[in-house]
Amino acid sequence: MTQLSGGSDLSGPPPVLRDDEDVRPGEHLVPTKPGRSRRSREENRAGLLLITPTLIIITVAVIIPIIWAVSLAFQKVRLLNIRRTGLFGSYTLDNFIEVITSPGFLSALWTTVLYSVLGTALAIGVGLIAALALRKPFRGRGIIRASLLLPYVAPVVAATFVWSTLLNPQFGFVNWFGQTVLGWEEPVAFLSQRWLPVSIFGVEIQIPIALLTVICFEGWRSFPFAFLFLTARLQAVPDVLDEAARIDGATPSQRFRHILWPQLLPTIAVLSVLRFIWTFNNFDDIYLLTGGGAGTEVVAVRVFDYMTARGDIGAAAAQALVLAAILAVLVGIYLRLFGRQEEQA
Amino acid sequence: MTASTVERNRTQPRGVGRDRFENALFKILKPVVIVLLLVVAVFPFYYMVLLSFRSLDSLLQDPGALWISIDELDLSTYLEVLAPVSDGGQGFIVFMRNSLLVAISTVILTLLVAIPGAYAVSRLQFFGRRQVSGLFLAVYFFPAILLAVPLFVFFTQLGLRGSLVSLVIVYVSQVAAVSIYTLRNYFATVPVSLEEAAAIDGCSRLQTMWKISLPLAMPALVSNGLFIFMIAWNEFLFALLFLVEKRDSWTVSLGLSQLSGSIEVPTTVLMAGSVILTLPIIILFFASERLLVGGLTAGAEKG
Repeated sequence: MTQLSGGSDLSGPPPVLRDDEDVRPGEHLVPTKPGRSRRSREENRAGLLLITPTLIIITVAVIIPIIWAVSLAFQKVRLLNIRRTGLFGSYTLDNFIEVITSPGFLSALWTTVLYSVLGTALAIGVGLIAALALRKPFRGRGIIRASLLLPYVAPVVAATFVWSTLLNPQFGFVNWFGQTVLGWEEPVAFLSQRWLPVSIFGVEIQIPIALLTVICFEGWRSFPFAFLFLTARLQAVPDVLDEAARIDGATPSQRFRHILWPQLLPTIAVLSVLRFIWTFNNFDDIYLLTGGGAGTEVVAVRVFDYMTARGDIGAAAAQALVLAAILAVLVGIYLRLFGRQEEQA
Repeated sequence: MTASTVERNRTQPRGVGRDRFENALFKILKPVVIVLLLVVAVFPFYYMVLLSFRSLDSLLQDPGALWISIDELDLSTYLEVLAPVSDGGQGFIVFMRNSLLVAISTVILTLLVAIPGAYAVSRLQFFGRRQVSGLFLAVYFFPAILLAVPLFVFFTQLGLRGSLVSLVIVYVSQVAAVSIYTLRNYFATVPVSLEEAAAIDGCSRLQTMWKISLPLAMPALVSNGLFIFMIAWNEFLFALLFLVEKRDSWTVSLGLSQLSGSIEVPTTVLMAGSVILTLPIIILFFASERLLVGGLTAGAEKG
C-alpha cells in the first residue's frame, strides 16, 4: 500500500491485529452441541467464501508479482533480454553483491534514513504544535482545521509542481521575496543545488539545501496526518486532570509536560512508526521534486532509475528487496512493541 | 506523578510569576502560530490559483504580485489546458475523463470486494482468519516500488500496452486490504443482537448482511468510498509505469507531471492544469469533511 495510501489517503487508524479479543457472534444462538458444530462449519464456509474475492485479487496483483520480483532479484536480468526470462533461470547472488558494493547504494540508503527520520520528526512536531494551538474551541476553528488538512489531501503531483514553481530561481515567489525583502544577494536553487554555503557569525558552513527542501516538503505534506491523530487523542484526555493541575497552580508548560505529554506519548509512538514506514517507502515526492538529483537520491528513486533508465531489472529488484527487508524488520519491531500493548489500552 | 512538582510550585511565590508569564506568552503565541500554520498550509494553493489566471508575461515581469486585478484576469490558460491536442491545447479533458473512469471503477470494485471481506473478518470465525489479517497488514506496509519492478517487467513483456483496466486492478488490490481494515471496525460497532434478531426472524446470513449490517454501516461505506476515490485520483507511480507510452490514456496526475518537464508549455497553463487536478479533491473534501474526519477520529482513538 504505502505510497498509495500513506501518501494520500485518510484511511485512518493504523491496522493493528486484534485477533484474540473477538467475540463469536451468533454462537449462543444454537445451544446444542451438534447444532453448534454444524453452525461453525457453516460459518467457516461462509467466511472463506466472503473473503475469497479479496484473496484472489491480492494474490494475482500483489503476491505473485512480489514472488516474481524476488526471483528477478536473484537473476541477471536486463530489460534487453527480458522476453526470454522465466521464473526458472540461473539464480545468483551477484545483484546483491554488486548493488551493496556500489558506492551510490549506501549513500542512497543513508539519504533515505535521514529523509525518513527528519521528515517524520518535522511532521509530528508541527502536527503537535497545531493540535495544541487548536485545542480550545473558538469561532472559525472548524474551517481552519479543515484548511490545515489541505496539504495532505491534495494530489502529490499538483503539490510538488506548485512547490517547484514557488521555489523557482527565476520567477518563483520565494526567491523574489528573499531577494527584495530579505536581501538575498542571489536566488537560491532550492531543488537543484546540493550544497548552499551560508555564513553564520562569520563562519561559512555548507547546507545540504536540496535535501532540506524535500524534507520540508515531507513535513508540510504529512503534518496534517499527525495533527488529526493528535487532535483526536487530545479530545480524549479528561478535562478533570487539567483542571485539578490548574487549581494546584501548575503553569501551562508544566501541565503539558506532566499531564498531556504522558497521554500523548503512545499516539506519538504509533505515528512515528507509521510515518517512518511511509516516508521510507516514498517515491513520488522526491521523484517529482528533484528526480533524485542534488543529493536527494533515496532508494526508491534509485530502484526506478535502475529499472527504467539503465534497464537493469535484476539490480533494481535486489535494491527494492533490501528496502523491503529493512522495512519488514521495522514492522516486526513495531508489532512486537505496540501490537500487544494496544489490546490492553 | 505531578504532585511533588505542583507542590513545590505552590509554596514558591516565583511559580505564580512564572504562571502569569507563561499564560501571557501563550496567549500571544497562539494566534501567531495559528496564522502561521494557516499561511503555510494554504498559501501554495492560493499561489496555484493565482498563477493559473495570469499570463506568462505578467508573471515574468512581476513575480512578486500576490493579487491580480479583474482586467488582468486571463482565462485563456484554462482554455488552452482543456482543449484537445488537435486544437492546439493540452487535452486535459481527456485526462479528466480517464482519471474519473479509473477512480470511479476503483471505488465500485473495491467496495464490492471489501464489504463481504470486512464482514467476514469482523463477524465470522473461519479457518485461516488470522493469517488473512496478517497478510493484509503486510500488503498495507509493502513498498510500492518493489511491486513496481515485476509489474514493469510484465508490461514490457506485453509490449508496453498499459490499459486503464490493468491500472484499476492494481489499485483495487492495493486498496482492498486497507478498506477491509477500516470497514471491519464499523461492522464491529453494529450490535450483534440486531443480527441475531434477524436470524431468529428467519433471515439467512446474506439477507442479514444486506438488510441489517450494510444500511447501518452506510456512513462508513460512503467515507471509505471517498477515501478510495481520492487515492485513485491522486495516484502517480503506477500510472507512470502503465500509461506513460500512450498519451490518450494519461490520467490528470500523469499528464501534469509529463507536461511540466517540457519547455513548450508555459508554467501558468500548467498551473491551470494543477487547479483542475486539485479542485475535485478539494470540493469532495470540504463537502464531506465532517464525515471523513469524524470517521477517521472515531477509529483513531485506538491509535
